[in-house]
Amino acid sequence: MEKTTLFDKVWDSHVVKSVPSGPDVFFIDKHFIHEVTSPVAFLNLEKRGIGVKYPERTIATPDHNVPTIDQDQTIKDKLSRMQVEKLRSNCEKYGIELHDLGSAHHGIVHVIGPELGVTQPGMTIVCGDSHTSTHGAFGAIAFGIGTSEVEMVLATQCIMQSKPKKMRISVEGELTKGVTSKDIILYIISKISAAGATGYFVEYAGSAIRNLSMEARMTICNMSIEMGARGGLIAPDQTTFDYLKGKQYAPEGADWDAAVAKWSELKTDEGAEFDKEYQFDAADIEPMITYGTNPGMGIKVVESIPSTEGMEGSNKKSYLKSLDYMGFAPGEPVKGKEVDYVFVGSCTNGRIEDIRSVAQFVKGKQKADNITAWIVPGSREVEKLAHEEGLVQILEEAGFKLRQPGCSACLAMNDDKIPAGKYAVSTSNRNFEGRQGPGARTMLASPLTVAAVAVTGKITDPREVF
Amino acid sequence: MAYDKFTVLQDTAVPLPTQNVDTDQIIPARFLKATERVGFGDNLFRDWRYDVEGNPKKDFVLNNDTYSGKILVAGKNFGSGSSREHAVWAIYDYGFRCVVSSFFADIFKNNCLNIGVLPVTVSPEFVEKLFAAFEADPKAEIKVDLPAQSITLVSTGESESFEINDYKKQNMQNGFDDIDYLLNISDQIETFEKTR
Ligand code: SF4
Repeated sequence: MEKTTLFDKVWDSHVVKSVPSGPDVFFIDKHFIHEVTSPVAFLNLEKRGIGVKYPERTIATPDHNVPTIDQDQTIKDKLSRMQVEKLRSNCEKYGIELHDLGSAHHGIVHVIGPELGVTQPGMTIVCGDSHTSTHGAFGAIAFGIGTSEVEMVLATQCIMQSKPKKMRISVEGELTKGVTSKDIILYIISKISAAGATGYFVEYAGSAIRNLSMEARMTICNMSIEMGARGGLIAPDQTTFDYLKGKQYAPEGADWDAAVAKWSELKTDEGAEFDKEYQFDAADIEPMITYGTNPGMGIKVVESIPSTEGMEGSNKKSYLKSLDYMGFAPGEPVKGKEVDYVFVGSCTNGRIEDIRSVAQFVKGKQKADNITAWIVPGSREVEKLAHEEGLVQILEEAGFKLRQPGCSACLAMNDDKIPAGKYAVSTSNRNFEGRQGPGARTMLASPLTVAAVAVTGKITDPREVF
Repeated sequence: MAYDKFTVLQDTAVPLPTQNVDTDQIIPARFLKATERVGFGDNLFRDWRYDVEGNPKKDFVLNNDTYSGKILVAGKNFGSGSSREHAVWAIYDYGFRCVVSSFFADIFKNNCLNIGVLPVTVSPEFVEKLFAAFEADPKAEIKVDLPAQSITLVSTGESESFEINDYKKQNMQNGFDDIDYLLNISDQIETFEKTR
């Protein structure tokens, strides 16, 4: 029998037909929508005079543009309010399940999908958001799409896609103290660059990956897009099944056993070929931080910003433009630099495990005076657990502010913006110019590093503080 | 939705040699609040184009009258980051019909093809040649021939071919989109769905 990869197995079983010298007609099991990238898709459906084909396969939540305070009140910003209202009326009209503001499962779409057990191994999942890759942690093929494609999925449950190439990234060995899954992925991206996996779908493998919790795996798959990959996935195993068991939409009883049996077969055959392979040693990975304006511009916290040696032409120009925006000089260390804001949240690191790790490390300490510290839980469920476990109290005593769930300062569409010129160390996924507000300077790091920065007020190696 | 057909486009171009231009630069998140597809062109490259008070920044190419045209020639890894189709809407709405680069991000490229902006991938050397040509003559013209899958610097006749799959090519030439195709095979999709 032909040896195939996990990715092949899931992809090939979802191809309705292949267009000769064209893309595949690709069937989508689950579709997530939010308020920002869906309104125009619904509008176009109306213009065409067609409806939503399989409304039960779509789930909605408002997250990108919602305020993170006073969520029980009318949204003040008129345009945001209109988007959320449009989402509501569209869901109502077409019979789509909506997890609205304030409801028990409201939150960032990529946080609530897994929490509800909607995300399952072997599925195909899309959403008008590039970090849909998060769901790949369950052994699903999940990726972001544009609004035209959102329209296609609503209308037909299919999109036209050419099959990407396959890449495997293996990380073997044990992580050292103070190193988290965020450091793994920032390390990988720094090695293969922000465009290094463009055209590929990535499978993450190796003992260091297998030893991670589901939350930590989601952090890794989430950032696949930051090296250009369409998505990333990890073979499901006992950790996956344990996470899903008992979740609202997970199968039950005999169905559960049948599902687990089926899911257990979802793995890459020994000897299956990839178009590209990378291998990394977990022992080489240390706490990471970005210093530039794309996620590939990352270094170990203890390292210095690369010099321009060996760069020329537009490479050098783009590099210097980026450092100029950040207010950094080539060759200088990042450690010790003063920071103004810390942000813990987003679909990368806004899960309960992330909040636990921050709380555990700031317990009994105080945030530095120069730091404004925001914690934004990824969902209501995370918020609830944080209260129940006493984490909120610990964090508030340390001077952190806990806000309500949403994307918040990850993309600064709402009021949670970092002011121009200020430095933010953030657990989110993008350090693009202006991502956290016009002129904001973002440095990406793990929740642990962010906690260390919050306490010292400057870029700090978490291993030195705790 | 249906868009203008694309066959042959000969025009001057706007050069943007910056690398890794992500979609947050093409259109910042705070301009994604519309519920209709209107007016995005005004905010194309917003924070590079205008200062905080909303005054045009003189050194940005879109504010430089010397350059104009329906073709945008960009540095490598163009359109990375967020999947927001709004980025392509802004490019289309501003008046561009074709973007040339040595490397595009995947989702961005799909989004382009879905709304009728032709992404043309050429070699890094060819892009450098184009940038040099615009520096020498801002009114240098480029000819993009979709049926022939070629791009030519008109003044010198230097040319390169580019790839596009047949299906997408036909769509672009006829102004069709994928939904037309998918709706036509809804029987097949329904049969497939029952097996899921
Ligand atoms: S948290 Fe950030 S990356 Fe995640 S869905 Fe929201 S805006 Fe996108």
